[in-house]
Formats: sequence, structure tokens, C-alpha cells
Amino acid sequence: MHDMTAHAAAHHAPPQGFIRKYVFSVDHKVIGIQYTTLGLVSAFIGMALSWAMRIHLAWPAASIPFLGTLSPNGAPGGVPTPEYYLSLMTMHGTIMAFFLLTAAPMAGYGNFMLPIHVGAADMAFPRLNMASFWVTFVGFVLACATFFIPDGPPLSGWTAYAPLSAVGPVAGPGQGWGQNLWGLSIALFCVASLLGALNFIVTTIDLRTKGMTLSRLPLATWAWFINAWVSLLAFAVLLPTCLLLVLDRLGGTSFFIPGGLVVNDKVLPHSGGSPLLFQHLFWFFGHPEVYIIILPAFGIVAHVMPTFTRKPLVGGWKVITYAMAAIGGLSFVVWGHHMFVSGMSPYMAMVFSVPTLIITIPSVIAVLVFAFSLYGANMRFSTPMLFCLGFISLFISGGIGGFFLAQPAVDSYLHATSFVVGHFHFTMGLSAVFAAFAGFYYWFPKMWGRMMNETLGKIHFWLSFVLVYCVFMTLHLMGLTGSVRRYSQFVADFMVPLTPTNKFITIAALLLGATQFIFLFNVIWSRFKGPKAADNPWHATTLEWDTTSPPPFDNFGGRQMTVYHGPMEYDGDAFVMQTSTEKSIAGT
Amino acid sequence: MPGKVFAVVVVIVTLAIAYCVIAHVWWMPVDISVHGPNIDRQIEETLFGAGILFIAGQLVLAAFSFLYGDSKGTRKMKSFPGGAKPLIIFACVVVGIEILVLSFVGSKAWGSVYFTPPDPSSVRIDVQAGQFAFYFRYPGPDGKFGPLHPELISEGTQNFFGLDTDHDPDSKDDIVTAQLAIPVNKPVLLTLHSKDMGHSFDVRELRVQQDFVPGIVIPIHFTATQTGRFEIVCTQLCGLGHYNMKAYIQVLSQPDYDNWLKQQAAMQ
Repeated sequence: MHDMTAHAAAHHAPPQGFIRKYVFSVDHKVIGIQYTTLGLVSAFIGMALSWAMRIHLAWPAASIPFLGTLSPNGAPGGVPTPEYYLSLMTMHGTIMAFFLLTAAPMAGYGNFMLPIHVGAADMAFPRLNMASFWVTFVGFVLACATFFIPDGPPLSGWTAYAPLSAVGPVAGPGQGWGQNLWGLSIALFCVASLLGALNFIVTTIDLRTKGMTLSRLPLATWAWFINAWVSLLAFAVLLPTCLLLVLDRLGGTSFFIPGGLVVNDKVLPHSGGSPLLFQHLFWFFGHPEVYIIILPAFGIVAHVMPTFTRKPLVGGWKVITYAMAAIGGLSFVVWGHHMFVSGMSPYMAMVFSVPTLIITIPSVIAVLVFAFSLYGANMRFSTPMLFCLGFISLFISGGIGGFFLAQPAVDSYLHATSFVVGHFHFTMGLSAVFAAFAGFYYWFPKMWGRMMNETLGKIHFWLSFVLVYCVFMTLHLMGLTGSVRRYSQFVADFMVPLTPTNKFITIAALLLGATQFIFLFNVIWSRFKGPKAADNPWHATTLEWDTTSPPPFDNFGGRQMTVYHGPMEYDGDAFVMQTSTEKSIAGT
Repeated sequence: MPGKVFAVVVVIVTLAIAYCVIAHVWWMPVDISVHGPNIDRQIEETLFGAGILFIAGQLVLAAFSFLYGDSKGTRKMKSFPGGAKPLIIFACVVVGIEILVLSFVGSKAWGSVYFTPPDPSSVRIDVQAGQFAFYFRYPGPDGKFGPLHPELISEGTQNFFGLDTDHDPDSKDDIVTAQLAIPVNKPVLLTLHSKDMGHSFDVRELRVQQDFVPGIVIPIHFTATQTGRFEIVCTQLCGLGHYNMKAYIQVLSQPDYDNWLKQQAAMQ
């Protein structure tokens, strides 16, 4: 541990002027809010795209007003063409998976909270931190720019399988500059994530204040720390993958394109590449990515829940932390389960099936820890707590789908059906979003110094919870019929009878989306009109509640924080702050 | 109060889902392959095992939020008796057993499809996927497929496979069709190859789904047990026409199959 006094003295002074303070800021709190805001904007863009997709699936002839204006070619008269549907789908996945789910819970909340959690004045490398955000932002702008170029956005999905993504415009509309921009956008996102991960790791290791041993780290920070390692290893693989993809497209190389391909009766000038290599590289990143999204969710729930159950988690900090670390480690040896029917050796399928099933053990342990921590509690039902409970329920439901898709024989039937869509939306999508909501309602008072409206928060929770099940559990069940995903219309004979189911899902999805505007209204209204937040409105113990709301520029107003306790010193109404010199009441 | 409401909502949701699964509101089509029952059994066993974990998990959550959701209680906090140890043991033992069972039984189902070599007497059919159609090729009386020449592929002249019937004697009697027909109760060996993008060969009733990967030839084999006409759909995103990329497979009695093949040969 470093001597914080020397560090604080060397630390940057508060900036003057609007641009250095709010735009190109090196303050981790501003950067955290920037990332969170980017996540919010991404969430609403991604949601609008999903609305357009759902409306088109249920009513293929319906005109969607804003689409016709956005892309007169892609959606003439507001009715998306099949290729534009795929573009909407690609960008929905890309924007949601990267710019919301990867960015907000880790880089957003983590940036704001992690230095405060460890008692530091800022991240270890504030300028690098600022670079992370702005590189991410440029990546986001490039991704959004695809909507405004003549070709439109790419249509090869967020997985961008080669050769569809690699051979260029001959592969179809949107596979021109849209796909190039996509590749560059994600490459930039990788660079930013790598910088961010380094910052998180170094800050957690080096900048912990006096007494902040690893066993006293708040669990959200533990999750961000573990996640930074996973990110460092995973994005380091996606970055070259994107660059090789762009080289295949622009440089005439053939990393992912084999010889002898014929498009429009013309033989393509490539040879020697391998589409399976792309899949292996993508999923070597892609599966850890799922956990990169869900680990911060675990951390947030582990951090938030004890505040409202008023007791420590079962097994203290160790069990949940070891479970998260095990998940992070195992996440690197399961990627092949995305490729059971890809044409890789069927023997490899068995090799990947076993660790995929084994990773359910630490996941089940984590869920059991959350659920059994409710035992004997006196729960306080504030909105963050409701979202924690919702998270547990959704994660159980989503996790169960994993048992099916982990088995090659079962996957050979369910692969590429809407069962998969339901499964990953439950696990890495909505579970993570519910945890993110828990974190948002929980930390909003600290971030903006005002309380959110509880009634609106509760309405937001109840509607979201029920509607999420209506949308995504129905997708699971519909998948049992073999209903194929990524189809812009249901024209296969066996899928036509599913139209009423589709309409039900669409209506539920539209309502679910509309519900999010209650949240948005609550955010904006509370930001300006909400009642002033106390320093510690939830009676919590960690360091962020030991300073003003919002915290001053150096986080603790020049105080040197000394930590004496773990983060879960709760016993009903009684609690002991981490910095308190009182006796421990929960023995953590 | 919110704890009780949450419990009730979770129980209703859980029961509704369980009902949909048990009543087969949405369900698999009837299987028509020899290996299919193994896969179906595996799916049903997983539904049973994972279903119990699902219901148990949701009910525990509902029960705890029902019992301990009373924030006005002044009751002393209690910890779960025994701490985390029973939870860890439970997770390792119950989930471990489930994993072992699923892995062993499941590898049998998987092995029955992929680890067994094709019957040497299999009917051999070459399948080519391209944006956005499947084509099928039968070797003809000589039993040999002629070599492929990508540069000769032409939609215009309907040379979908790029065959050179002028120079390759093996290609002369190859029969190319847009629909697939196979004889019932006879092993069939398909060789899948793609001319452009990744595609997939999916026949739900056969319990067969296999990707086409450009650059490699992937064999799959199966035996159909019922006659009828079934849909082949593409399940790997291949471009704008992906949603509409389909063909049909006809499972015919041996005499019907022989007749069909003769007709197709005459049409070449």
C-alpha cells in the first residue's frame, strides 16, 4: 500500500474552466458520469432499434415513421428491407453489448466508485482514464455514423462472422464502409477497454488507503478488479481480430477468407484463410465478454444488497469473491460451446461442454449466496433492493438455459433458435441491466447529490420485471419449436403459425421499452428537482458514504481515510462504517 | 408488503412457465430420424433436471422475500445456519451430479450422431449452399461425383456447382436438383460445402443442424424413419435473403425415390 499523503500532494489540482472540468476532465468522477451517460444514450438507441425490429417482425408491412426519415433506402416508406432489418439487429447488438453493458457497469460506475472505495483521490493514471473515455466515445461515434453513410450499417450481426463480414461490398448491402467503420469502432473500443482495465488493476493494487486490505475491499470493487483482469486478456484478443478483419477488407489479405469463394458468379481473389479461425478468435473474446458484463452485476448486487438486508452476505467476502474469480478464470476455456455445430471437430465439442457445465458451479454458488443472504433479514424495500431481487430471479431463469446450450446434443437442436436469444438476454442482458439499475438507484444520490423518486422507481421495477419475463421467457419457449433467430420475416412454413406469439412478444417489448421512459423521466427530474441527498442516505458502510454527496474534487476533502472494518458491518439498524474505530458488529 | 408481493409475482411467473413446458404449449415437432430420440430424451431430461433447479431456485427466493420482507420487524438478524458451507456443498454435489449425468448421457446422444462412421452403403448426396439457395447433387449411375470448378459456377447457365461435363467424365451423369429427396430407412451421407458465406443446414424433424463453412467440406449422416416433406432452413446469418433461404427434403419410399431420381436425371 502506498503512502497516500505523498500521492495526494503530487495529485493534480482542481481544474478551472468548463472544458477541463466537464468535457476533457481527468477527474474519475466526471469520467464515470460520462461513461454512465454514454451507457444511457446507448440503451435508448439500442432500445429504439429493438422496437423497430419487433414491430417489423409482428407486422411486416407496418410503416415505422422515424425509420423512413433515417434511411430512405433502408426503409422506404418506413418499412425496413430485409437487409436493413439485419443492420438494425447488428447495431442493436453492438451498441447494447459494448457501449451499454460493457461500458456502463464497469467503466461508468467503476470509474466513479472504485477510487473512492479504496480511499484514493483519483485513478492511478488520470490522463489515461480520460483517454479511455474519449477513445470509447470516438468508437461510439463511428458505430453511429454507419447509419448516415450511403451503404448503411453492416448486417453481419454483432459477431461479424467471416467471410460475410470480410469480403467487402459483394457480400451485400451494408457490407461496404458500414462494416469497415464497425471494425474500427470496435478496435477503438478494445483499446479503450485495455487502458481502462490497466487503470482499474493498478489503482486497486497500489492506491488502497491505510487499512484497506484486500479482505476489506467492497465487493463491487472486487468484481471490477477481477473483471479488469478478464477484460485485459479478452480485449487483447478482440483487438487484433478486428484489425485482421479490417485488413482482409481493405488490405487484400486473407486471414479469414478461404480460396475459391464465388459471389455473383465471380471467384473472389482470396485464398488460404479460415472462417473457423475468426469464430475461435471472436469467441475466445466473446465468451469472457459475457462474464465481463455479468461480473460487475454480481459485484453491484453483492455491494448493494447487504445495505438493504441489513446483514452480511452468507460466507462473508470470501465465498462470493472466490466464486467471481473462478467464473472469471473458467470463462476462458468455454468459448467452443458457441461452435458446437460450426464444423469444428465433434470431439472438441465434448472438450468444451465439460468446462461449460462446470462454470455453472461457481455461478450457482453465487446465486445461492445472494438468495440465502435474504434468510433472517429485515429487508428494506427501496428500489435498489427490488432490482437486486429481480436480478436474482432473472439470473436463475437465464442460468437454467445454460444447462441446455452447454450440451452439444441439445444445442444441435436449439442452436440459432429464439431459445438462445431468450437465454442471453436473460443472463448478460437483463440480469446485468437489473443490477445496473440497482446500482444506478443506489449511487444516484452520491453521484448527483439528490434522491431519486421512490414511487416512480417502484413502478419502473414492477412493470419491467413482469414484462421482461413476458418478452424473453416467451422467446425461450418459442425456441423449443425451432423458431430461427435473425430472420427479418417469419416466412418459413413452420414459423408462420408463430405469428400470434410474435405479436404478443412485440407488444410486451414495446411496453417494456415505454416503461424505461418512466426511469428516464425520474433521472432527469430527480437530477434537478429531487430532494437533496444526505451524505449517507442508505445507512451504508463503505467509503463513498463517508464523504459529501456529491464528493469534493479530491473525494474526501483532504482527509486521510483509515479503514478498520470490512464492508458488511450490518446488524439491523446498527451499522459500523469502514472507517469507524468502533468495535465490529458483524465480524466481517 | 413488497416482499410478499414479490413472492407472489415470482410464484405466478414460475408456475406459468412450468405450465407452458409441461403442457407443451410450444414444443418440438415429431422426430423422424434414428438418432433423434436420443436427442429428444436428452432435451427432456435436461428440462426435468434443470426445471427442478429452476423451480426450487425461484421458490426459495419467493419464500425468503415472503418471510423476511417485513422491514418493520424488530426481530434480531439471523444468519443462515451453517453459513456458506452447506450452500457450497449443495452446489458442488447437486450441480456436480447433474453435470455428470448430462455429460455422460449427453455424450452418448452426441456420439450417436458424430462419433459413428457413416454406413458404407449410405446414399451419398453433395449439398451446396450459396446466397440464398441450397442445391443438391447425386452422383448418378457411376456412383462418382465429378470435381468442382468454382470459376465455372454460373447462375445464368444453371451450372450451380461449377461442373465441367465436357472434360470430367465423372460429372457427366451427376444429377443436380433444387430439392432434396432421400429414401426412407436408408442411411444417408451428406457432404456440405458452401460456395460463398457461412450457411447452415437445419431440418428440425431430423434433429439435424450443421453449419456450412466456406473452404471445408463437412460430412453429416442420418437415417430418416418416416416419409413426408419437411423444410430445410438456413440458420447461419448469410446476408439479406437469409430469412427466406430454404428448400424441402422429401423422404420417399424406395420405389418412389428411384422414380424421382430417374425423373430428375431425365431433366438434366
